[in-house]
Amino acid sequence: MTDVIKEDQVLDCSGMLCPMPVVKTSKAMKELQSGQILKMVATDPGAPPDMEAWSRQTGNELLRSMTEDGKFIFYLKKK
Amino acid sequence: MSKSDPNAPKRLALIASKGTLDWAYPPFILASAAGAMGWDVGIFFTFYGLPLLKTDLHMQVSPLGNPAMPMKMPFGPEGFQNIAWPMPNILMANVPGFEAMATNLMKQTFKNKGVASIEELRDMCVDLDVKMIGCQMTMDVFGFKKEDFIKECTVGGAAMFLEYAADADVQLFI
Repeated sequence: MTDVIKEDQVLDCSGMLCPMPVVKTSKAMKELQSGQILKMVATDPGAPPDMEAWSRQTGNELLRSMTEDGKFIFYLKKK
Repeated sequence: MSKSDPNAPKRLALIASKGTLDWAYPPFILASAAGAMGWDVGIFFTFYGLPLLKTDLHMQVSPLGNPAMPMKMPFGPEGFQNIAWPMPNILMANVPGFEAMATNLMKQTFKNKGVASIEELRDMCVDLDVKMIGCQMTMDVFGFKKEDFIKECTVGGAAMFLEYAADADVQLFI
């Protein structure tokens, strides 16, 4: 079992295609304080590689990336 | 050393030269994605790309001359939706309203699949402070006025864009 991550905010990007999950995530992250965690849910199969790149480019850490019931779930920590 | 400021964020410089519904997507998708990554983004709208800055957008798509475009229906059972309909050139060229129909089908397909509209993507680019530069020469040639365009855009020429692009990490012509 992996540790449970407690998110501060949830963003549902289900049904959205590129570039919406990335754009919505960036918007949601701007509302958070440094150290807070955003949980983002997406259904676009392009989201995992895009979120990894977004995390590297922005410096906001991707704590965990997982698949659950056909959905992609990301935990991102605001830098 | 091409970068004048080593601490500046990454920069994307795009040229948008096409104004059909299909080709309106790449510049706005790339610009909004780069903006969401904290990059500095500028798009130079020139020739047929310039109408993408108009306040009211009326883009169309033409299947004629685009043989790679799948002609599929955005409604009905899955098997029916997956049929790629063969479209003879004589039909595409002569049936009145064919482009309007193809445009509506593409818009409906994109909406069904969860792709944002060009209007939404452009609004996001505005929110993300993407610099949108309209080509002055194209305005003069095609008879557009600054008032025809969204207020967030600026107007410039080749030298202005090149100076901006010279400091960019990624430069693309679309």
